[in-house]
Amino acid sequence: MPAVEVNHIVKSYADKVAVDDLSFSVAQGEIFGLIGPNGAGKTTTIRMMMDIIKPDSGEVTILGEKLSEATKNKLGYMPEERGLYKKLRVIDSIVYLASLKGMDRRSAEEKANELLNHTGMLPHKGKKIEDLSRGMGQIIQFIVTIIHNPEVVILDEPFAGLDPVNTELFKRMFADLRNQGKAMILSTHQMNEVEELCDRILMINHGRSVLYGKLAEIKSKYRSNSVLLEFEGKLGDVPGVTEKRTHKGYVELVLDGNITPQQILERLVSTGIVINRFEVATPPLNEIFLKVVGRNHE
Amino acid sequence: MTLIVPLGALLAIGVYQLISGIAEPPAVEITTIGYVDEAGGFDDYTTQGNIELVRFDTPDDATEALVKSDIKEYFVIPSDYISTGLINRYTLEKQLGTPPATATVIKNFLTSNLLTGKVPPETVYRIESPLNLVVTRLTETGEVAPEQGGFGNFVIPVVFSVLLVLSIMFSSTYLLQGLGEEKENRLIEILLSSITARQLLTGKVLGIGATGLVQVAVWVISIPRLLNLASSSIGGFISTIQIPANFLVLAVVYFILGYLLFAVLSAGIGAVSSNSREGQQLIGILTVPALIPLWFMSLLMLFPNNPVWVVLTIFPLTAPVEVMVRLGVSDIPAWQLGTSIAVLGLSIIGILLLTTKVFRTYLLMYGKRPTFREILRNLRSA
Repeated sequence: MPAVEVNHIVKSYADKVAVDDLSFSVAQGEIFGLIGPNGAGKTTTIRMMMDIIKPDSGEVTILGEKLSEATKNKLGYMPEERGLYKKLRVIDSIVYLASLKGMDRRSAEEKANELLNHTGMLPHKGKKIEDLSRGMGQIIQFIVTIIHNPEVVILDEPFAGLDPVNTELFKRMFADLRNQGKAMILSTHQMNEVEELCDRILMINHGRSVLYGKLAEIKSKYRSNSVLLEFEGKLGDVPGVTEKRTHKGYVELVLDGNITPQQILERLVSTGIVINRFEVATPPLNEIFLKVVGRNHE
Repeated sequence: MTLIVPLGALLAIGVYQLISGIAEPPAVEITTIGYVDEAGGFDDYTTQGNIELVRFDTPDDATEALVKSDIKEYFVIPSDYISTGLINRYTLEKQLGTPPATATVIKNFLTSNLLTGKVPPETVYRIESPLNLVVTRLTETGEVAPEQGGFGNFVIPVVFSVLLVLSIMFSSTYLLQGLGEEKENRLIEILLSSITARQLLTGKVLGIGATGLVQVAVWVISIPRLLNLASSSIGGFISTIQIPANFLVLAVVYFILGYLLFAVLSAGIGAVSSNSREGQQLIGILTVPALIPLWFMSLLMLFPNNPVWVVLTIFPLTAPVEVMVRLGVSDIPAWQLGTSIAVLGLSIIGILLLTTKVFRTYLLMYGKRPTFREILRNLRSA
């Protein structure tokens, strides 16, 4: 049973269609990337998944059920622009918001202490939210999102404004959650994070799906016919290579249509050069993103 | 606010006692007024309270004394006074008219001298002050009514209605601010991902209602105690202050209803307005009707039976304050109270239902305020 199933949802506002016939599903134990440029409809899609707004048509099921009071407690949501009560203490904020998710006070407090300890925030638990740095506030927000042990975790731009140390912390925790079998949905336009974390992605533009599937498959589909090579020695002409592009520290070999990377590797080895790196060039997601979105703009 | 009001009253009583304990009674100052008697026979009764009347032979003598500040003013009784009643008064001060105290002194001086020897002295005194009105209100069975009316009866309801207006303004601003803050820092999305819009709204309204209940409970319990304390230590007018019999019950009922009405209104406005400042302006306009009964209080005192007051008693925005004020002035027929409570209750439920409908739609529209027509359209399609 998929953790999230979205079927043909449509949402339009007075002047424009924000989400146009979007369908996708997210399995348990995977990190799913919802990507797209600003204004593509990511946040609207998430809000419909969270039942904060209703779709004009189509439906969303969470763990096989339509969203209700009870299923809401199985969801964890971190909105794009974070907010907590500024005057409230860290521990009180966490316990209050956890109680809205149906946790009792004692277990909320226990779990809060555990998560604060895990994130190194325990010394700050008595501080007011307004006294925290931005990054610290974000960690608290994340704790609030996952404290009630949700089955589905939805994170809107989770890395925005995080320093490298906290970014790593978040990534580790995301991976832990995935390993616990949770479905994680990341909405972002930071492609490098998506490449590193996500198993599958949905790319949307103007509210429509433009790319959907396993990240590896998408990348291989969009790969250019070339290999990257780092070597020592002298590289002469290699049959099957139509062009050599020299970059800093490595060379990109563009192959003609009749040769596979495997064959070119064999030929390179036979020339006797020392190969330090050989890699089939796949375009960064960023490039695919620009290509697809650019095409869509035309 | 809850505790400030009774504590403030306590402080006022304390300050009064402190000052009255320290201060000596002010020295009595004798004012001298001159007169010229051209008619003759006005010789006695020259001491009237704190005012001493001094006789001068001619107006010129009196003017001279006035200029030298020996006397404060003087008046002339012309020879034809008995037939005309004309008295000429001369003073250095610029005045709107003769001060009532001075007029009374002159009048009593004239009356006493005119009647002297013609009627017994007690009669003279009675003619000067013929009326000392004591009113007693009877019930329909002919017994003395427990509630006597009058200004003593009027004070507490008026004070209470002013406090109600202040509380309503404070609490609606507070609710709007809270909601505005939650909207601005997007906490509302986290809240709505955990609970429904109706739960959120009802919780807010009930929270504010409970605050109101605590507030009114503290006041209602402290008022009789403070009054006892005040009337025993200060006395005077304060000891005549009464709390109308059915007032306490109605005060609690209308306080809570008024609170809830403005709470649901604030929540609705909070939902459709783009930021808390704009919301506060809107709710500011809506709290104006709550003030109207206080503006027209003097008219209510003059014409307590005008049908306008019935309208204000039943119209939900003015009802809570109007009922408080009217209870101080006169009785309110039961049917009017019943209708007004019913209308208030229905308005609260109605606005609550309408607000939940638009709440979710507009809560997430940051920075965009819907037009009135859009809201209507949304209400219809919701």
